[in-house]
Amino acid sequence: MEVKKRAEIRSMQYDEFRNNDYLERMADQLNRDGAGVIVGSADELINWGRSNSLWSLTFGTSCCAIEFMALGAARYDMARFGFEVTRNSPRQADMIMVLGTITYRMAPVLKRLYDQMAEPKYVVAVGGCTISGGPFRKSYHVVNGIDKIIPVDVFIPGCPPRPEAFYYGMMQLQRKIKVERFLGGVNRKEDDKAPVTREQGSHPDGEPRQLVNLSTCQLNKEEE
Amino acid sequence: MTMSADNIILIKPEELYDEASRLRYDAKEPMDYLRDIVGMDWGEEGLGALYYLESTSTGARRVLKVVAADRKNAFGCAEHSFLPSVCSLWKTARIKEREVFDFFGIRFTGNPDMRRLFLREDWKGYPLRKDYDMDSNPLNMDNETNADVTEEYTLRPDGTVEGRENVVFGKEDFVVNIGPQHPSTHGVLRMRTSIDGENIRRIDPILGYIHRGIEKMNESLTYPQTLALTDRLDYLSAHQNRHALCMCIEQAAGIGIPERAQYIRTIMDELQRIDSHLLFYSCLVMDMGGLTPFFYGFREREMILDIMEETTGGRLIQNYNVIGGVQADLHPDFRRKVKEFIKHLRSVIKDYHDIFTDNVIARRRLVGVGVLSREDAISLGATGGTGRASGWSNDVRKRHPYAMYGKVDFREITRTEGDSFARYMVRMDEIMESCHIIEQLIDNIPEGEFRVKTKAIIKLPEGNFSTSVESSRGEFGVMLESHGDKYPYRLHYRSTGLPLVDTMDTVCRGQKIADLIAIGGTLDFVIPDIDR
Amino acid sequence: MFDYYNLEPLLMWIHSTMCSLMPEWLAFTIEGIAVGVFIMVMYAVLAIILIYMERKVCAAFQCRIGPDRVGGRGGLLQVPADVIKILTKEIISLKNSDKFLYGLAPFLVIMASILTFSCLPWNKGGEILHMNIGIFFVLAASSIGVLGILLAGWSSNSKYTLIGAVRSGAMIISYELSIGLSVLTMVILCGTMDIQEIVAYQENGWNIFKGHVPAVMAFIIYLIAGNAEANRAPFDLAEAEQELTAGYHTEYSGMHFGFFYLAEYLNLFITAGIAVTLFFGGWMPLHIAGLEGLNMAMDCIPGVIWFVGKTFFVVFLLMWIRWTFPRLRIDQVLILEWKYLMPLSLLVLMVMTVMKVFGLVF
Repeated sequence: MEVKKRAEIRSMQYDEFRNNDYLERMADQLNRDGAGVIVGSADELINWGRSNSLWSLTFGTSCCAIEFMALGAARYDMARFGFEVTRNSPRQADMIMVLGTITYRMAPVLKRLYDQMAEPKYVVAVGGCTISGGPFRKSYHVVNGIDKIIPVDVFIPGCPPRPEAFYYGMMQLQRKIKVERFLGGVNRKEDDKAPVTREQGSHPDGEPRQLVNLSTCQLNKEEE
Repeated sequence: MTMSADNIILIKPEELYDEASRLRYDAKEPMDYLRDIVGMDWGEEGLGALYYLESTSTGARRVLKVVAADRKNAFGCAEHSFLPSVCSLWKTARIKEREVFDFFGIRFTGNPDMRRLFLREDWKGYPLRKDYDMDSNPLNMDNETNADVTEEYTLRPDGTVEGRENVVFGKEDFVVNIGPQHPSTHGVLRMRTSIDGENIRRIDPILGYIHRGIEKMNESLTYPQTLALTDRLDYLSAHQNRHALCMCIEQAAGIGIPERAQYIRTIMDELQRIDSHLLFYSCLVMDMGGLTPFFYGFREREMILDIMEETTGGRLIQNYNVIGGVQADLHPDFRRKVKEFIKHLRSVIKDYHDIFTDNVIARRRLVGVGVLSREDAISLGATGGTGRASGWSNDVRKRHPYAMYGKVDFREITRTEGDSFARYMVRMDEIMESCHIIEQLIDNIPEGEFRVKTKAIIKLPEGNFSTSVESSRGEFGVMLESHGDKYPYRLHYRSTGLPLVDTMDTVCRGQKIADLIAIGGTLDFVIPDIDR
Repeated sequence: MFDYYNLEPLLMWIHSTMCSLMPEWLAFTIEGIAVGVFIMVMYAVLAIILIYMERKVCAAFQCRIGPDRVGGRGGLLQVPADVIKILTKEIISLKNSDKFLYGLAPFLVIMASILTFSCLPWNKGGEILHMNIGIFFVLAASSIGVLGILLAGWSSNSKYTLIGAVRSGAMIISYELSIGLSVLTMVILCGTMDIQEIVAYQENGWNIFKGHVPAVMAFIIYLIAGNAEANRAPFDLAEAEQELTAGYHTEYSGMHFGFFYLAEYLNLFITAGIAVTLFFGGWMPLHIAGLEGLNMAMDCIPGVIWFVGKTFFVVFLLMWIRWTFPRLRIDQVLILEWKYLMPLSLLVLMVMTVMKVFGLVF
């Protein structure tokens, strides 16, 4: 039998990964120019704490959840980076990793879980299904992208993504948190028309509420 | 196992119950195992269902075909079509008939529970009907309310149908909602559990939180395209599921596959089984509160994933089987690594048993808890390790050998206790048995092609085809009806998990909440496979 | 010989200096505030150390590394990061909850824990609350915690929390019997309830050696019951992550949840600390009869280090148990207590009394 040579795998160049440091550079710049010494360093401390202690809600609906378990297991061990604990109660979680397809029946539940979480809360959409519906895009029962329901901070593509990809996405989230402002401003302003109600089972209207990704908006404002 | 169309017995709706009960209690060959009920929409011919039966004593299989009513009449009179329920013959029919109702709107007279199964209770229309408007149900963000009553229809002697309501949960029930977001339901299963103190009175599983409509999607995909979705059903049996569908299409199209591919498929199936059972061990232990062994299971599982990844390119979802063979040849290191892995696994499996199996708390939590009798297991269609733990030898690899299973020597692990511990031990022993199968094959993989060339567009001849394989957690079946097109007319998968979830209520009654979690762990279901 | 061990003269000197500078009431007030702040700081610091220890220990058991990025290779700043995060996290108030009780519950839990904490004999004369019924006070104060748990579960208006709270109530109240009885066994051995005197009694031999068989039995009973009291696996039914998502504190967020989290770890420390006081000689150094050189060397190590060192050893034992065993079921927990532990501890108590009367202890 002819033995094939090891196939050359085309992958993303390592330099391209580094391009994503722009968030960190922006954070530096912001903290240098935009804030007072005390407020600025307090913010920095808080952001350091928040970004290094992201407890995720265990919210696995399908395949990606198994890779998430692999992420927590010994080889990948996400506890190393401060994603130590996965909380099962949304009240105590900092981010919701949406692992797997969200169907029409699950969508209100996801929204409700998101509403039940305490601020600051972040959303990571993992896998093709959560980003766009993935292979089930044409189905009658699959939400084509969870960003239609809840605001998403980081998308991690893949079907399912490798644990390394999870890391990359979660570190992007950490970088993103580092440009937030806690003191002197609210991180996530919400549309006044659709106030957030956190009581169970309430939903102001049928429309998914419009959330502005404020970390970027704020940046733009600062730069002006 | 393929069955061609001539095995199908066509019967009239009013004769269905008598015919079914004759087959069920046949003296020579009782068809005591209802594999599946597949709802069908034959267009002009009408709506109906196929009943796949099997005899556990002889292994013979039969298919009953029932056409409910002329489609026009069905919609003309009461907008509903009716079929007599067979849930008094097979317990599993109860949930399977709900599925058919959910997808096709056929109501079953005599089934005490005619609620929607996968779709929201306020869903309009029946999606698997051919005339279903795909845009008729936009995303509804209102929280769903669940009715505490179910509908039951009974057929009056004069031929009219009477409806009445059955109470699922009364006012006196303290109903706890376990799921859909819950750490131990292995996905998005939701169990409305009525409890009395810590004791469980009744469980009502609510499914469909990950129902992706795969069966409907299949109807607009070409045969090679349908393969991609099988991996995402039960992602821990990705190889086996795909194997089943490939086998079904190959046999229907008359494609013979090279022996090398058969060997590779068998080895991959068994690796997948070990992978799945290791994950089972990890999850069960974690469900019971012991966190450390979870990491042991995953440590060894990663090694399997490495082996698979080298050959297939995927860790969890490999997309490896294709029509006519497998996607790529084995990696040069495959043989060596598999052998090393099996050697390693044999040396560490003792640790698994030391830390968990022989632990006094684990024993007390598992032994004698959640007993499922053999009769119930068969009647509920609980295949796989669950059925084998109850003494029902249902291994498809033994009963209807496919691929290389007829030529290798292995033991079918069965136990008689039927409790959680038996279910656990069956799976642990199956890990070793899978190693044994792989060892027999790994050195004898024949040289040659790993796949035969097939056309990109495959047309199957008209007819019904079905295959089944032993997936990691039971019998996974593919039921295919072709009308000669390049698309399947209907492609149905026998979910391994649906009957298992259905057993929860039977098994858990009277047990404690903590047992519910442990029993759920030992039944070992994967929700995306149930919901499809 | 133990004199430089004794912190009491130092503290008295501080007090008299204060009194000479200001009126006595002011001195007391300032001292009280200082001690209060000191307890709080100690409490927080110990909690951080314990959480870090738990993470590293569990990582070691699970073939992992544990935190190693935040704050150098050792991940030393991981827990402070968590603390900062949890301090700035939103505290959610629920619509249909009993607001007052809901707010009160975490404070009850943390108060019980701090009260017990302040009774620990850190050093000779280094006890913050000193009274002649010290050990009795510890038992009484630690029982307040269960009230907090019950209130938390009840006021959250959620079924999971309620089940968690009821479980915890049934379990903790049961296991308090065993704890009480095993503590009583040691009180009989020492003949006093004063914590400092219990430690002083062990000057020439720790209780676990002095009381030999019944003391060892009592220690094992105490360890099991103490584990249950601290709501730790395999007795973590009240939280039971896999069953009740987070048990009685499911609905708590932010620092309210942080209080429960802190109290859990400190209760672990307190359980271990009391065990050390009763069975391992508290702050007493290890002495082996006949080896004077060794004994001298041991005496040079300050008592507080002995106490903390021994306590962390027992904490490690408890962590080892936690990360090895699966969880018990509620009926098994109660059967274990009422059918085995309680009769056994009564028997141990009786044996100890008889042995003490007939002078069979060392």
